[in-house]
Amino acid sequence: MTITNYLVLAAILFTIGAVGVLVRRNAIVVFMCIELMLNSVNLTLITFARASGTVEGQVIALFVMVVAAAEVVVGLAIIMAIYRTRRSASVDDVNLLKY
Amino acid sequence: MDGVAAPDLSFAALAPLLFVFGAAAVGVLVEAFAPRAVRHPVQVAIALTGAVGAFVATLLLAGTREVTAGGALAVDGVALFLQGTIAVLGALSVLLFSERALDPARSAFVAVASVPAGSVRDRELSTDERVQTEVYPLASFALGGMMLFTAANDLLVMFVALEVLSLPLYLMSGLARRRRLLSQEAAVKYFLLGAFASAFFLYGLALVYGATGSVRLSAIRDAAVVEGGDTLLVLGLGLLVVGLMFKASVAPFHTWTPDVYQGAPTAVTAFMAAATKVAAFGAVLRLLYVAFGTAEWTWRPLVYALAITSMVVGAVLGLTQTDVKRMLAYSSIAHAGFLLTGVIGLGADGSGPGLAATMFYLLAYGLTTLGAFGLVTLVRSGEGEATHLSQWAGLAQRSPVVAALMGLFLLALAGIPLTSGFTGKFAVFRAAIETGAWPLAVVALVTSAIAAFFYLRVIVLMYFSEPAPEGPTVGVPGLPTTIVVAVTAAATLVLGVLPGSVLDLADSAAVLVG
Repeated sequence: MTITNYLVLAAILFTIGAVGVLVRRNAIVVFMCIELMLNSVNLTLITFARASGTVEGQVIALFVMVVAAAEVVVGLAIIMAIYRTRRSASVDDVNLLKY
Repeated sequence: MDGVAAPDLSFAALAPLLFVFGAAAVGVLVEAFAPRAVRHPVQVAIALTGAVGAFVATLLLAGTREVTAGGALAVDGVALFLQGTIAVLGALSVLLFSERALDPARSAFVAVASVPAGSVRDRELSTDERVQTEVYPLASFALGGMMLFTAANDLLVMFVALEVLSLPLYLMSGLARRRRLLSQEAAVKYFLLGAFASAFFLYGLALVYGATGSVRLSAIRDAAVVEGGDTLLVLGLGLLVVGLMFKASVAPFHTWTPDVYQGAPTAVTAFMAAATKVAAFGAVLRLLYVAFGTAEWTWRPLVYALAITSMVVGAVLGLTQTDVKRMLAYSSIAHAGFLLTGVIGLGADGSGPGLAATMFYLLAYGLTTLGAFGLVTLVRSGEGEATHLSQWAGLAQRSPVVAALMGLFLLALAGIPLTSGFTGKFAVFRAAIETGAWPLAVVALVTSAIAAFFYLRVIVLMYFSEPAPEGPTVGVPGLPTTIVVAVTAAATLVLGVLPGSVLDLADSAAVLVG
């Protein structure tokens, strides 16, 4: 296995996440797709750390996990607040602001 | 085996950041332990102390050029100038948050954010004078993140700062007391799109790390010289720029801006529009000139295209708006484009006049926008704010002072001479022309003329239309909003009539280390 395979896998995961954000309608699923993007970044970072023999990439991956956890807290709080009001987490229902 | 060596930390150089983060941490403790009755004044005092202390610290540090915290932070002229600007804008925003005279329930922020909007409990609370004060520590954290963002000498620190400034802003957008659904909707949109953009920034970080083996900006610069046209590096740079341009609300990454500006509480919108823009451009300048200053061919065409797109989108779509806050949002998109003309005007290794011009523009634009949004909080109908343009018709007859001040801010945004907006625009356009980017300056002039139309339309509406019989009332502001409007109006005039000393200051501060 060369490291290119891992990089390609990470790129595919990132793309799946990015496409998911654009096409999925449920805020929770959109959020999961963003998490998928962040984790594909972690895979990329660790692959590069392995390839270059430095530890920096692994440390950054740890930082990314912590930040992602903080993001989950804030994101779910916001989605919960709007779900309680509307009984729906679809991003298509969030349509009062336009034009 | 030796332990890990502690990095050198210059606490003096970090003083502005320590002040703001200290205020944020103390604010959290106050929120948890202080009795409810004293919380509001105490929180306001703490947040103001943090911001003002940070501003004083940046003044005392003037002239410092050092890289500290193990090379992760660069405290230089640009960082200090922008940190000072952000601290002033932050202090003024905190004053706007603390206004208690305008809303009948004594605060523009929701009593309990977790109660479902429109429920029985929510209706009970909507007239309750109990005020939630969590917005002050959140604002301090956002302020600290913004100040860190301008000093980040490392892509990792830049990413952490990006999140530290964004996460509190997502929450603050959802805290409006009136029109809670709009506010929550703004928070969801801002959060989902913001997290999406930071994922792009992060992927760019990973690719740049792969291409150069480091995330330190100076190491990236050295590697970029040696390797030249590395695809991975260019791809990484592109993704990093996407993430930063999203925060700076540059078209085509602007789609969140109008919705969030309209839905968020107006004081929070003022804070976002003014301070976030300064912070985001601070990071853009540092990334492009410290890390990629020797590889300009990689980003110059990209920034060129983004500047034109942003100016055209902001000016043309701004024409069709019927809501004051949305109009100011499109104005902010157009101004992001003007700022990018200053970024283009930096010249090789940041030696051109563009750096100082961009810094001055950020200061002038931030103060003017803050003042304009501050006035929007005054025009009210019923319990909330009257933001529809038709409600502003004939405002000059109801309140000559508010109409005159709004006119001043709009003229400054349009860039009419004798206001700060003119000085700023003149400086960035001149910088662009001097570095040979005159086509960009031509586009900027044309879009300025288009944008001037929608600013002037509001002025015409305020002065030459009959007021609607059941039009809005103009609230009498308390001391905090009065101070904000007076300071920003004075600054808008002074920076227009006598900009010399501030321009010199920006010139002497225009040094990036790294």
